[in-house]
Amino acid sequence: MNEKYNEIPIAGNIVKPGNATEYKTGGWRAQRPVHNPETCLWIKNGTCGRCWIFCPDGAVKLTEKDGKYFYEYNLDYCKGCGICANECPTNSITMESE
Amino acid sequence: MVAKDKIVVEGLTGDAAIAHALKQADLDVLAAYPITPQTIIVEDYQKFAANGEVRAKVIPVESEHSAMSACVGASAVGARVATASASAGLALMWEILYCAASMRMPIVFAVANRALSAPINIHNDWSDTYGARDSGFIQIYCQSCQEAYDTTLMAFRIAEDHDVLLPIIVGIDGFILSHNVERVEMLPDDEVTKFVGVRDPFIKLDPENPITMGPLALTDYYFEFKEQQDRAMDNVPKVYAKVEKEFEKLTGRKYGMFEEYRTEDAEIIIFTHSTPGGTAKAVCDTLREKGEKVGVVRLRMFRPFPAKELAEAMKHAKAVVVFEKCRSFGAPSNPLALELKTAFYDLGKRPMVTDFVIGLGGRDVPPTTIVEGYERTKEYLKKGEAPLYETLGVRK
Repeated sequence: MNEKYNEIPIAGNIVKPGNATEYKTGGWRAQRPVHNPETCLWIKNGTCGRCWIFCPDGAVKLTEKDGKYFYEYNLDYCKGCGICANECPTNSITMESE
Repeated sequence: MVAKDKIVVEGLTGDAAIAHALKQADLDVLAAYPITPQTIIVEDYQKFAANGEVRAKVIPVESEHSAMSACVGASAVGARVATASASAGLALMWEILYCAASMRMPIVFAVANRALSAPINIHNDWSDTYGARDSGFIQIYCQSCQEAYDTTLMAFRIAEDHDVLLPIIVGIDGFILSHNVERVEMLPDDEVTKFVGVRDPFIKLDPENPITMGPLALTDYYFEFKEQQDRAMDNVPKVYAKVEKEFEKLTGRKYGMFEEYRTEDAEIIIFTHSTPGGTAKAVCDTLREKGEKVGVVRLRMFRPFPAKELAEAMKHAKAVVVFEKCRSFGAPSNPLALELKTAFYDLGKRPMVTDFVIGLGGRDVPPTTIVEGYERTKEYLKKGEAPLYETLGVRK
């Protein structure tokens, strides 16, 4: 981000596709989602996944290994919009101030 | 120079002259929405397209906002693009004017200058393009139909040059020039083809090599892109001179960023552009016969404003009389005089600048209006002070 005007592409063009990942939007976040594994259906039996479906930033990461289910957020990209908390049918996600 | 027997001479309106230039410039896309008084430009061009005389895609869009948007899109894939509009149409393009310039799209935009509403008025003044003076478009104003034809051809070369890559407005006075027939010399098609060449896009949208144009840039990069744009504008005079030199070789005609007329020993210089430039020169001749030391500087290039060159050309005068067809409401001066005063500011001895707002809404500007401004300026010189601006030719 220290490039001078003549070291960047003309007119703000993005000349390399897929470089949005280099832009960490997590810095915009005022509230972070906090996950409660006790009541989460994904952790319980690998179902639901509504938070993963609705997250606009792909910041919810659901994984499975040897029949065990894991849950995490990628806070580099989570903007703290709260959609996951809103969509959770078991209220397993709460938004807390950063 | 092109042989005389190859030159086609026709009586053309200003609009038709521009339409013929667009026809010969071998456009790929023309997207426009009809509005008086530029109507003939697009009408004539549509006729050429319907007759199969041009191979461009003509897009009859639903509004001027769409017209400029379509131009930006077409230009982004590397096409040579033009459009035309005026007044309210230009105002409706507003948002996209800035996009076209910032995205560095070399669109040629012919404007038949017309007053803005309200009251609705179809006649000439410069409020429309003056309002767009900060949009990032190059602006060149023409005095004659020949100049409109010539400037439109040169406009493609200037805009598409890789040191520039900016859109360009070619301005003609609505009705006064757009609808008046004058003698126009046209180059043969093959000579124009050689002169304008094929657009060589600096970068383009291409499915084989995907890029994104016009994305978001916030506090961290936006300013740097504006710096690029600013420097591109600085390059215009150099590129303009190069292009005009080539054009002169072809036609023997050249115009410069401004025209100097009998200014060498002039004590008072009249400064204006477009059709009042012609009136001012006629007035100048008459006043000279009466022994007045008067000259005219007729501006062509308003953006970028050739400040240094103008100051150099007029610094010997006691006063400069500005005539301009726009009122910048609430401003201490008006766009043309404002620029000139800035250009003069660093001179050790500055000419007095008087500023006359004339011809709003197409009010006729007869030679007597120019004479009145001149005579008043002489009085102000005697008094040693002048008002910041005055309206002239209005019932008050």
